[in-house]
Amino acid sequence: MLKTALTDWHAAHGGRMVDFAGWSMPVQYDSIMAEHAAVRTQAGLFDVSHMGRLRFSAPEAETLLDRLATRKIAGMPTGRIRYSLMCNSEGGILDDVLVYKLRELDGQERFWMVVNASNREKILAWLQQHDPNNSAGLTDLTLQTAMIAVQGPQAVGVVDQLLDLDVAGMGYYTGQFVQYQGYPLLVSRTGYTGEDGVELVPPAEHAVALWETVLARGADLGFRPAGLGARDTLRLEAAMPLYGHELSESINPAHADLGFAMTLKDRDFVGRDAILAAQQQSDARVRVGLELEGRRPGREECPVMIGEQTIGVVTSGTFAPTLQKPIAMAYIDPAYRALGTTVEVDIRGKRHPAAVVKLPFYSRS
Amino acid sequence: MKPEELKYLESHEWALMEQQGTDLIATIGISAFAVEQLGDIVHMELPSVGGSVTAGDEFGEVESVKAVSSMYSPVSGEIVDVHTAILDNLAVLSDDPYTQGWLLKVKVSSPSDKLLDFATYQAQCESH
Repeated sequence: MLKTALTDWHAAHGGRMVDFAGWSMPVQYDSIMAEHAAVRTQAGLFDVSHMGRLRFSAPEAETLLDRLATRKIAGMPTGRIRYSLMCNSEGGILDDVLVYKLRELDGQERFWMVVNASNREKILAWLQQHDPNNSAGLTDLTLQTAMIAVQGPQAVGVVDQLLDLDVAGMGYYTGQFVQYQGYPLLVSRTGYTGEDGVELVPPAEHAVALWETVLARGADLGFRPAGLGARDTLRLEAAMPLYGHELSESINPAHADLGFAMTLKDRDFVGRDAILAAQQQSDARVRVGLELEGRRPGREECPVMIGEQTIGVVTSGTFAPTLQKPIAMAYIDPAYRALGTTVEVDIRGKRHPAAVVKLPFYSRS
Repeated sequence: MKPEELKYLESHEWALMEQQGTDLIATIGISAFAVEQLGDIVHMELPSVGGSVTAGDEFGEVESVKAVSSMYSPVSGEIVDVHTAILDNLAVLSDDPYTQGWLLKVKVSSPSDKLLDFATYQAQCESH
């Protein structure tokens, strides 16, 4: 099993370790509820080093990424980060990624990309297939670097002070390299929790020291390490899709309610024709949010019913710690997508009333 | 109730066997180890009084934030009482899993042949 630079730290500090996409990762330290609450009210630290970090050293990367990303990459301003999908020519989603255009400390601009751990090998192969001579200068830096997400209302303030950098002044979805303790550190205003926050990418050998420093600086404010369990409940409340659940090769982006992740006009990219065609398809199931009555969560694969008719299926569900009720994302027949529509979720043979609600379930004030 | 006096299934349910008149009554719950492993329990699905359970078969579900897990019956018999009030106070499962955290009372027709004593069960938990 693969280990991040922080895997041993987690195991030594009470992390309950699980295999996640081939990596040994902490699902929780103490209580998912407590870790979740810390992120909503103070801050939590997540080791997200299992995510794939790819660096492109040549300017040709711009053309390559623009051809493969659903979002426009050509002409992206330096310092910006874009959430995008990558599709195959049939419009099936290969991954959801972040594309960074960064000025590195040598003054050169380079593209970086962060991909899902479970899709890293697939995306590397996909990039190689479209750029067999590697004119984009792709290197996989996943193992040489680490990635620490500091998420929560207090996160920016603490990182700001630590780095002596105006992180608060950085726009959301921007990033920059800084020199910190003699090494290059990538700082970005990104995250996957629905809270304000920062993600830090240090060289792997500096990860433990950086993690412990941030944790210590935030100790009085209630910072705590958080695991993949809280990461999942946080992203679900924020209605952020998760690959393998709301996104897959059998789902077309046109049906995923992710219009913001696509630039369709005046450009061409792999999968565009299929997405345009799918937009005309009026009967395909679409992503919606469901709020269930009672306290029993409907989880992935639970059928969504109206009477005896199956109209959809749950792709992710949990008991929402902030909202204190069961929530789910589901793909359902578009005829029933209107907010307020009453449906039933079949949880292992028992029907539970639910309503279609607006996404996200939670948004920070 | 003292955990040392209970019988256990490998799947972390406990049973207290008590003779009441001519009937053998089993009180059933889940172990402190199970509660700790599940973390943040948010819901339980319990059966109804008058129904029956079969040793080794599922009698209900416990939902944590993370996942749903089945609960298996240590005995066969008829359900004579169900602790439905626990649904409004699931915290007692962490505070007192062996007394206030009871889930079912069953008139036993036959116990499971896979019941473990406390020491054997404890050794199994520690090997995890």
